[in-house]
Amino acid sequence: MNAETLHTLRQAEQQRQRKLADRILCCTVAGCLSSGANQVRAAIADQIESQGRSATTEVCGTGCMGLCSQGPLVRSSAADAVFTKVTPADAVKLVSRDYDALAERTLQPRHPFYAGQKRMILGNSGHADPERIADYLARGGYQSLLRAVTEMTPAAVVAEVKKSGLRGRGGAGYPTGLKWELVARQPSETKYVVCNADEGDPGAFMNRSVLEGDPHRVLEGMAIAGRAMGAQQGYIYARGESPLAIARLRTALDQAQREGLLGGRIFETSFHFQIDIRVGAGAYVCGEETALLASIEGKRGQPVPRPPYPPERGLWGQPTLINNVETFANIAAIIEQGGDCFASIGAPASPGTKVFALAGRVNRAGLVEVPIGTSLRTILYDLGGGVPAGFEFKAAQTGGPAGGCIPAQYLDLPMDYDSLTAIGTMMGSGGLIVMDTSSCMVDLARFFMEFCMDESCGKCIPCRAGTVQMHDILARMTRGEGVESDFAMLERLAGLLKETSLCGLGLAAPNPVVSTLHHFRAEYEAHVRDRRCPAGHCHIGVAETPVEATA
Amino acid sequence: MNPAIDPQKQLERVMARHHYAGSALIEVLHAAQELYGYLSKPALEWIAHKLSLPPGRVLGVATFYHLFRFEPRREHTAVVCLGTACYAAGATELMTAACRPHPGWTIEAGRCVGSCGLAPVVICDGHALPRVTPAELEKALEPEQARERS
Repeated sequence: MNAETLHTLRQAEQQRQRKLADRILCCTVAGCLSSGANQVRAAIADQIESQGRSATTEVCGTGCMGLCSQGPLVRSSAADAVFTKVTPADAVKLVSRDYDALAERTLQPRHPFYAGQKRMILGNSGHADPERIADYLARGGYQSLLRAVTEMTPAAVVAEVKKSGLRGRGGAGYPTGLKWELVARQPSETKYVVCNADEGDPGAFMNRSVLEGDPHRVLEGMAIAGRAMGAQQGYIYARGESPLAIARLRTALDQAQREGLLGGRIFETSFHFQIDIRVGAGAYVCGEETALLASIEGKRGQPVPRPPYPPERGLWGQPTLINNVETFANIAAIIEQGGDCFASIGAPASPGTKVFALAGRVNRAGLVEVPIGTSLRTILYDLGGGVPAGFEFKAAQTGGPAGGCIPAQYLDLPMDYDSLTAIGTMMGSGGLIVMDTSSCMVDLARFFMEFCMDESCGKCIPCRAGTVQMHDILARMTRGEGVESDFAMLERLAGLLKETSLCGLGLAAPNPVVSTLHHFRAEYEAHVRDRRCPAGHCHIGVAETPVEATA
Repeated sequence: MNPAIDPQKQLERVMARHHYAGSALIEVLHAAQELYGYLSKPALEWIAHKLSLPPGRVLGVATFYHLFRFEPRREHTAVVCLGTACYAAGATELMTAACRPHPGWTIEAGRCVGSCGLAPVVICDGHALPRVTPAELEKALEPEQARERS
């Protein structure tokens, strides 16, 4: 593959698509598959056949179009619109372009759900087939890799990423450019690029959707990183619970290797970069970088003390760059538009866009991508259509088990890394769960503590024992058996875990408790002092039946 | 994986592809579980032998991760999603309902199956039940319902 063949392939596919009268794209990502997208796709294919339109109309799969709660979603290029709740019976209307019959279930691009979004990472989702590399090439794919390999020096690539101001999308928000510089500076001959795709937060499916909907974008970002670091080997640490994402990644890897976009002599230069997939086996702690590396090495996913940090000593003791899926998904756009252009999007201290998984008590649940710094009010009311009638917004939970709550008085807060940290929560990887007045904040804290307790790797005592103690107290409170001294004990334990845990899991485990205690202390007091749950959620006075999976 | 070929041979092939490296242990365990349905004691010992690892190390790694099973699943499997969105929509009640005795069913807890827009979700033998109520779930776990689906 060289610049010329890339150009030819791109043009050929663009021309092929232009000749089609209609391209019908069915969402084939987890959410829509759960609501029957495969049957819809098969019905559309049948209709194309029986109406004799195979020469002019094509049906294919595509990435997440966002509105998961109203799936299956189908987009038609001829209508330039998305249709919701499509059934196999609608296939005949779609293929014969009888859009009037579907008018009530049509989302135009100017629909508030789409108008308020800026889809960069999800730019190809809804427009390209994730299982065909030609689709990605037609939309300008691998052009940035070509530039990075043939026109730019590794230092120039790092400088561009630094200029963009991109911050890590895994949650902590560490400046990506600085991390890249750190690894690039290491004198070692062997370096690794690792993509953290172990998205384990309950209620987060952003990374999974990116991998299922546009895997080549991540591969391209990793290859550019490989070029900038001087690395020859990359690993994607994928979550074992997302088999579809793994399958799509494998398909994409095979295609990229076959086209010579990965492997040896990329673009006829001396640059060599190979990517392998490592499948995780269900351990939340493996999202922590040192635990993740241990897992890639075939060991128990237990963290080790830092420093040395992975950029100095990582995988097999070599300098290692670890970035999140969404971080890598931003790289191609940065090289294409330039760092300055990217830096002008979003908030000044947190440029770019962020994908949020909007779920819970909201009218339009799904995946949204907005410029960082967009207010929660805009996301919840303009994009999400507000909370359903008869319910009242109480709080939004961000950051999963490591995060906290955004109560109603902060609805206008810009959603950026620093503003969220200031009110005691965090951006996290992008889960955004809307709670209404029927959600009990004490039980929510208990739910997350139970998760951390289960997922604690057991290596350090503060986390192993502390999460159990905190969960005990919270469980007692939700049963109406809390005592006054529990408040002081919770706060003491929270401080202890924060100060003494070895890794991020234990360090952040108290966050949901601290956050809800701060914003909703009255609810805790009602549980302990009045023995009642203001939300009416906890069965106080009723013996709790132990919930245990028999797996 | 090809059911016609002896699973042990297939597993050996996976190990050979990784040059019998100890670092491929998790990949090998995944393959073994896919081939046999679960990780039996003899299988773990054989893997340890082949990869030149202490058996304790293999068992230690296998038991660390939630996805590995040490006994076979029953005929049917239901995964109750306990992600935050499903929790907020009442997954705890679903779990309570699912854990009542259901012959032929293995009940597992999942941490987010990626269908938060359809919460609460239970995956029964690969089929998603979106926005399911405890009563609907109880019905889906009845023997005749399960037979119908499979």
